Amino acid sequence: MTTQSFRAHPDVRPHPLPAASRPRRRLLAPKAGRQHHAGPVTYLLLGIAALVSLFPLYWTMVAASSDNTRVTQSPPPFLPGPHLLENLGKAWQDAALGKAMLNSFIVAGVIALSTVLFATLAGFAFAKLRFKGRNILLMLVIGTMMVPPQLGVVPLFMMMSDLGWGQRLPAVIFPTLVSAVGVFFMRQYLAEALPDELVEAGRVDGAHSLRIFWSIVLPVARPAMAVLFMITFVHAWNDFFWPFIVLDMSNPTVPVALTQLSAGYVRDQSLIMAGALLGTLPLLAMFIVFGRQIVGGIMQGAVKG
Amino acid sequence: MSPDPRIRHDRDRPRRRMLLHRLDLRGAPYAFIAPFFAVFAAFSFYPLVYTGWISLHRVELASLDLMEWVAFDNYVALWEDERFWNALFNTFTIGVISTVPQLLMALGLAHLLNYRLRGSTFFRVAALTPYATSVGAAALVFTMLFERDFGMINWLLSVVGIDNIDWENNKWAAQTAISTIVIWRWTGYNALLYLAAMQAVPRERYEAAAIDGASRWQQFLKVTIPGIRSTVIFTIVLSTIGATQLFGEPLIFGQGPNGITGGADNQYQTLGLLLYEEGWKNYQMGRAATVAWAMFLVLILIFVIQRVVKRIASRRA
Repeated sequence: MTTQSFRAHPDVRPHPLPAASRPRRRLLAPKAGRQHHAGPVTYLLLGIAALVSLFPLYWTMVAASSDNTRVTQSPPPFLPGPHLLENLGKAWQDAALGKAMLNSFIVAGVIALSTVLFATLAGFAFAKLRFKGRNILLMLVIGTMMVPPQLGVVPLFMMMSDLGWGQRLPAVIFPTLVSAVGVFFMRQYLAEALPDELVEAGRVDGAHSLRIFWSIVLPVARPAMAVLFMITFVHAWNDFFWPFIVLDMSNPTVPVALTQLSAGYVRDQSLIMAGALLGTLPLLAMFIVFGRQIVGGIMQGAVKG
Repeated sequence: MSPDPRIRHDRDRPRRRMLLHRLDLRGAPYAFIAPFFAVFAAFSFYPLVYTGWISLHRVELASLDLMEWVAFDNYVALWEDERFWNALFNTFTIGVISTVPQLLMALGLAHLLNYRLRGSTFFRVAALTPYATSVGAAALVFTMLFERDFGMINWLLSVVGIDNIDWENNKWAAQTAISTIVIWRWTGYNALLYLAAMQAVPRERYEAAAIDGASRWQQFLKVTIPGIRSTVIFTIVLSTIGATQLFGEPLIFGQGPNGITGGADNQYQTLGLLLYEEGWKNYQMGRAATVAWAMFLVLILIFVIQRVVKRIASRRA
C-alpha cells in the first residue's frame, strides 16, 4: 500500500515506542471496501478510464512524429510517423524552448525547495509546539487556502515593475515561495508520524528548537517532504496565469512559450504538438519514476481534509 | 537518546541558560511560522486588499504611478458592461459543466479503484497522468482534437453519422470543448482524494450495514458517501475556486487573438480573460482590478448562498 512509503524512518526510533504513539494505520482493520475482489466489469471500466487518460498524450506523440499533411488528413493517423526528432528539434528552436525549459526548472525548483522548507518549519510548529494563538493562526492558514492568489495580479504587476522585476524570474518566484496547502499537509503528517516522546527527549537533552528540528523532525519528515516537493514542482511548472502576465516571449517559462506556438500565423500542427510534448516530458519522466509516491502523497494529504 | 556531547552543559551559568531556554520555548514557534505569514502577507493578502483600492482609480498600464481617483465609476461601468455579464455567465456555465461531471466521474472512478485490484498502482498513476500535463500542453492537444475540419472528435462523430461541429464558433460547443479539457485534467486527481477518504471509512460500518441487509448500492449511498462527505465538500470548494479563475484553457483554445476575447463574439470569454483583456490589452489597470474584485465578491457570494441553502435544507430535515 501507499502508506508504506510514509512511515517514519526506523533509525530515528532508538527505543520501542508505546503503542499509542505508533502510526495507527497498521492497527486498523483491513480497509473497508477492499474486501470485494474486482470483477471483469470493473477492469473493463478502469481500462477505459486509463485509455481516456493516456490517449491524448499518446496522440500528442503520434502528431509530433508526423508531418503537417499527415496530421490534418481524415481519418487521422493512429500510429507514430518518422519525423519525431526532426519536429522536436524544430519546435525547440521556434518556441525558444531551450531557454523556457531552463527558466521553468529554475522557477519550479526554487519554489518547490522553499515551499518544502517553510512548510516543514511551520507544519512542525503547528503540529508539536505549544504557543499562544496557535489555533487561530492555523485557522488563518486554512482560510488562506480559500483566497485565490490570482486576484492580486494587478497590484502584483505594479509591485514587480516598481522593483524592476518585470519580465524577470523573481517576479514569478517570490509570490509563490510558500503554500498554505503545503503547511497544512506537513502539519497533518507530522502530527501523526512524529511521536511527542522524541521531541520531549530532545528537550530533556537540552537541545534548542532549531536543533530539534534539524536532528529529529527532518529525518521523520523526509518522505512527506519528498512528496510535497514533487507536487509543488508539478504545480509550479504548470502555473500559467501569472507567468503569462508578467513574463514576455523573450524570457518565458514553458507554458508561456507554448502559447507562442499556437498563436503563430504558420499553423504547423505537428510542430505545435512537438512543443506540447517537449513541455510535458520532464513531468512525465518524473511521473514514470515516482508515480507511486506522488499518488501516495496526494492520498495522504486528503485524509481528514 | 544519549546526551549529545556537542551540546554544552555549562552549569556555571544556569540562570542565563534558563532564560535562553524560556526564550527559545516561547519564541521559536513564532519564528518557525513567520516565513509563511510574511510571504503570504506581502504577496497575497496585501495585493488582494490593494486591488480593492486600485479599483477605485483610473490607472493606465503605460503610467502605473498615476492614479486618478474615480470612486465607484469602474464598478458602475462594469455593471453596465454587457461583456461583464456575458463573462460572468460563461464562467458560471463552463464552471457547472466542467465541475459537476468531473466530480461525479471522480466518485465513480474512486469506487472502482477501491476494489481489490491487480495493477492498482498502474491504474492510479494512469488516472493522475493528466494532472501532470500543463494547461498549455493539454489545451493545445484538445484544441487540435476539436478541430473543425480534421479533428479526431469530428472524425469519430462522422463515423456514427453526425456532421462536423464547429467547436470554436458555436457557443455551447466551445464551452463543452473547454470543459472537456478541465474534466480531463482534474478527474483523476479528485478520484484519488475520494479514494483516500473511502479507505479511511471504518469497516465496521459496512459490516453493520450488511447485517442490516443493505445491498452494495445501498452501502455505497448510506455508508461510503456520508463517510467521505468532508472530502467531497473540500473538492467542491477547490473546483469552484478553480472554475472562477479559468483562463489558460479558453485562451489557448482560441488560438491567437481570438483567445483573449474568448472567441469572435466573446462566446467563451471568462472573467479571467476579461480581467486580462481590460488590463493588458486595453491598458486599463483600474478596470482590471475591478474585475478581480468582482471575481472575489462572486466567490464569497457563492459560498454564502451555499451556507444559506445548507441551513434551510438542514432545517427541513
